[in-house]
Amino acid sequence: MSDWVEACAAGDIDEEDVMRFDHAGRTFAIYRSPDDEYFATDGLCTHEKVHLADGLVMDDIIECPKHNGRFNYKTGDARGAPVCVNLRTYPVKVDAGKVLVQVG
Amino acid sequence: MTARTSSSASPRDYSLTGRDAKLAVENGLAAAEWYHTEIPRKQMKELMQRSDQPAIRDTIIWLGALILSGAGGAWFWGSWWCVPFFFVYGTLYGSSTDSRWHECGHGTAFRTQWMNDAVYQLACFMIMRNPVTWRWSHTRHHTDTIIVGRDPEIAVMRPPDLLRVVLNFFGILDAWHAMTDMLRNAAGVISAAEKTFIPEQEQPKAIRVARIWLAIYIATIAPALYLHSWLPLLLIGLPRLYGAWHHVMTGLLQHGGLAENVIDHRLNSRTVYMNPISRFIYWNMNYHVEHHMFPMVPYHALPKLHEMIKHDLPAPTPSILAGYREMIPAFLRQLRNEDYFLKRALPPTAKPYREELHNDNPVAAAAE
Repeated sequence: MSDWVEACAAGDIDEEDVMRFDHAGRTFAIYRSPDDEYFATDGLCTHEKVHLADGLVMDDIIECPKHNGRFNYKTGDARGAPVCVNLRTYPVKVDAGKVLVQVG
Repeated sequence: MTARTSSSASPRDYSLTGRDAKLAVENGLAAAEWYHTEIPRKQMKELMQRSDQPAIRDTIIWLGALILSGAGGAWFWGSWWCVPFFFVYGTLYGSSTDSRWHECGHGTAFRTQWMNDAVYQLACFMIMRNPVTWRWSHTRHHTDTIIVGRDPEIAVMRPPDLLRVVLNFFGILDAWHAMTDMLRNAAGVISAAEKTFIPEQEQPKAIRVARIWLAIYIATIAPALYLHSWLPLLLIGLPRLYGAWHHVMTGLLQHGGLAENVIDHRLNSRTVYMNPISRFIYWNMNYHVEHHMFPMVPYHALPKLHEMIKHDLPAPTPSILAGYREMIPAFLRQLRNEDYFLKRALPPTAKPYREELHNDNPVAAAAE
């Protein structure tokens, strides 16, 4: 099992928002839900290579800024055209005010 | 604004499966990284926020006016008094559905997704655009805006077919193509061009919608024949022709006469100041550079976005008339030289164009 990697401080992300996190040549999106929970997915939309961190978080949905494709960022489920392929999700935990992502 | 020509060796191939389609991929113009004005994340989030309220208000007004004008047209059918009612009904049916289809397809008009979906399906039927096909074609239009061989929604190709442009003010060619596409899809056939942008798993949906629409048109034509009356068709179907004028008038301004094969929406899109009625019909798509640069901003926030970034954009065209005064001469010039286009000047406060990406050698810079 891969190591946990520190992505950011918990306070770096506003509630109902998303932040980009790059690590080891890969890019991730870290989310803070309206319920103050944290989640992580691949950082690029599965439709075209667009950073989801520039998109809009609404409840448990992340909307891609380019074509408005929607995913459930908690499960990675694609929610209809133009996205057809699910996002990969990653385990997240908060420890001592730091957001940690298991990137393996 | 200056006029430019670019150097291309042979006539353009707008086919999605042809020579220029391959060239666009080879030249890095397909799915490229486009210029956008920098906006702080906090402000961008505010602009992107969704709300049901503006679109519910506008949809109630829209459907209410549609029902009242349609009822008025039917009530006065047989007298000249029906003409103004059908003028309003046709414009709402055959033109305002262009923007409703568009905004709800982006999913930005309403916050609640089923509301976007419901208005999207209704508007698609009225504007005669298969909701599956056009969702995907418009996705491509945003990825590869006015890239020759990639963008399926280039309204005026070069050299311009001006007869086609004029006929489309009455919806004639568009409706003809829409009907033949519907019949082809209803027969279960997806064209080679459609296959380039509609994923395979989505294609059966396009066929299903075409069959439903065909049934609706048959159900409209049958009473017209039975009653020996045009009235059913004046209410369903024909408004796409006699009411198309406004969406064609505004739609041509979006990209007409501007650059092709560039990756900066400031060069290939046009923002035009318009009167409030046209902005209601058009749902603020007159802020077209802004829309293409930030498609996740809802129509009701586009004026605010415009104020925020106009320092980085070409000066907006001051009116619809002014837009046609620059666009028509450009079309006429393109009849003689299809490489000609209008290059929009940037204000001193703007970031300059990345000329090395645009390959537009200035020749005979006939200033407007």
